Amino acid sequence: MLKINNLHANIEDKSILKGINLEVKPGEVHAIMGPNGSGKSTLASVIAGKEEYEVTEGNIVFEGEDIEELAAEERAHKGVFLSFQYPVEIPGVSVTNFMKTAINESRKAKGLDDMPAKDMLKLIREKSELLEIDRKFLSRSLNEGFSGGEKKRNEIFQMAMLEPKLAILDETDSGLDIDALRIVANGVNKLKSKDNAVVVITHYQRLLDHIVPDYVHVLYNGKIVKSGSKELAHELEAKGYDWIKEEVGA
Amino acid sequence: MDLKEKLVSSFLAFENSVDIDAYAHDVRTDAIKIFEEKGFPSKKEEAWKYTSLNSILKEDYSVFPKQENALEYPQVKKYFIHDIDTYKIIFIDGKYSSHLSQTTHDGIDVCLMSAALSKPKYQLIIENYFNKAAEKDSLTSLNTAFSSEGAYIHIPKNKIVEKPIQIIHFSTGNESATMLQPRNLVVVDENSHVQIIERHQSLTGNPVLTNSVTEIFANKRAIVDYYKIQNDNENASLIDNTFINQKRESLASVHTFAFGGKLTRNNLNFYQNGERIDSTLKGITIIGDKQHVDHNTLVHHIEPNCESHQDYKGIFDDKSTGVFNGKVVVEKEAQKTNAFQANNNILISDKASINTKPQLEIFADDVKCSHGCTIGQLDESAMFYMRSRGIPEKEAKALLMFAFSNNVLESVKIPELKQRITKIIANKLGVNIGFDL
Repeated sequence: MLKINNLHANIEDKSILKGINLEVKPGEVHAIMGPNGSGKSTLASVIAGKEEYEVTEGNIVFEGEDIEELAAEERAHKGVFLSFQYPVEIPGVSVTNFMKTAINESRKAKGLDDMPAKDMLKLIREKSELLEIDRKFLSRSLNEGFSGGEKKRNEIFQMAMLEPKLAILDETDSGLDIDALRIVANGVNKLKSKDNAVVVITHYQRLLDHIVPDYVHVLYNGKIVKSGSKELAHELEAKGYDWIKEEVGA
Repeated sequence: MDLKEKLVSSFLAFENSVDIDAYAHDVRTDAIKIFEEKGFPSKKEEAWKYTSLNSILKEDYSVFPKQENALEYPQVKKYFIHDIDTYKIIFIDGKYSSHLSQTTHDGIDVCLMSAALSKPKYQLIIENYFNKAAEKDSLTSLNTAFSSEGAYIHIPKNKIVEKPIQIIHFSTGNESATMLQPRNLVVVDENSHVQIIERHQSLTGNPVLTNSVTEIFANKRAIVDYYKIQNDNENASLIDNTFINQKRESLASVHTFAFGGKLTRNNLNFYQNGERIDSTLKGITIIGDKQHVDHNTLVHHIEPNCESHQDYKGIFDDKSTGVFNGKVVVEKEAQKTNAFQANNNILISDKASINTKPQLEIFADDVKCSHGCTIGQLDESAMFYMRSRGIPEKEAKALLMFAFSNNVLESVKIPELKQRITKIIANKLGVNIGFDL
């Protein structure tokens, strides 16, 4: 599904990603862990198509197609979804209207007509129940004045609405209390299937107790320096990252 | 002969040609003297520092319509708010079109200025109100000197006018260049409520200059909502002078939607002559190309316990230029005044510009006055967020701009009008998505 080959990326001439290799197959869950500043969020943004980053070497292949030249919306239409670490507040645009626009634009790109209003309402009701989201919440301005937990829940609600093939969850667990974490993880698990894949970016083991990864990768200094099974996440939780830094430094 | 000379020398001929009572004659004669003395404003005047009339004054305007032109309703239907029942006062090249209009004398007067100025039954109202709110600046005086036609609306006390009133000025471009000077008078008596929608629309590419004056009197506890749609073509310029005189406990609002025209100058003046008055001034400006829109507002707080709310949003693309000059005066007696002013702008292009200037003159010591202006670009992180969810760049931009101007749109009380404005904005932004923010 996703194949990243020797990916190098810069922001304003500062090199952040220095040769990433990663392959994600349908049905898999990958966790990417690593200390602050190692390039985790950059990797997520580059896959999603943020223009501030410049890919200087390597490529990103999604469903057999090179996507690093595509605009963010085109990647979204192909089924890439990024749950933001810091979802952006957009005053004046309601959650519902935003979702309607996003879904219909995606349909338009595929040559389909707008989703009938009735179906849209049904879908919204279904998915908001999955994430235990109050109806009133949906008419509020997108992310404006939402608590940290509400923002993250709203991200997964959008993911549920858009049904992406590849979902990248960038520190979705930060700012969540234990109940919200359970709701979010439960939502992600319900959306998982043999045809889609999830990449979870996190510092901590606790989200991975709920969304169990098939593979764990450690990103350090712009490179994946270690990969393993879910046991690696436990090891990192117990020992921190210093031993990895030493291993790499050695 | 330049335009000023042409206008001054035309005055006598004009004055002999119109039906007038003695009062109006005196007012007009005084007014032409003021215009002759002051002439057109230049950039040397503080209030005109950022708006030059030079480029539009050089046209050889025909100052009197020579012939009457007819328009059929289907040709111009799209400029009407046609999905609801309304009164209509329609002018074509400055002349009243009975064919397109729907006026009334049934309990209220929704009719013509020419009738009000000439018929004895209106004499008392004319003497009490005509030219009583208008300033004596040169452009208003020029309009006063030539005032003969426009809308005349009088709502006696305790009437809620259910149907909005549309005033539309069409110009057909029959003359190579046309100057129009409509004059509107709106008097709303105690406890009455009226909604008015005004539009100026040129139908050809020939230059049009409109110097319009509207006087509005909101008497005790009256409610007046006035909406201005300015979406004219690139050869039409508008100087729109509006004066609102409010009495105690009245509510008056003016919404100005400035989406087009070559040059638009809005002089909007509120005078609060009583206690517990509420004044609302809101506007959305969305322009591009080399268009220019200047909002020049004044709220004069004269008595205690009154409020004013100003909220102007501007979006400027290409080489367009904007001006916001908002003056709030709080007199010494006007204690407990609440005056708010906000002007927020987005510059889409590097070559667009906005000059924004709040001016507060406060002589009372127990007041709440706030003002704020911002100039920014579209929020890039919001753009990426929206695009990453599949909303293309153009649509994402449009959605952000809608959201930006939404709280002004929200306060439009006529749903069909709100829909129309929404549609005009979507057209301007070149998107076809249903916004129901």
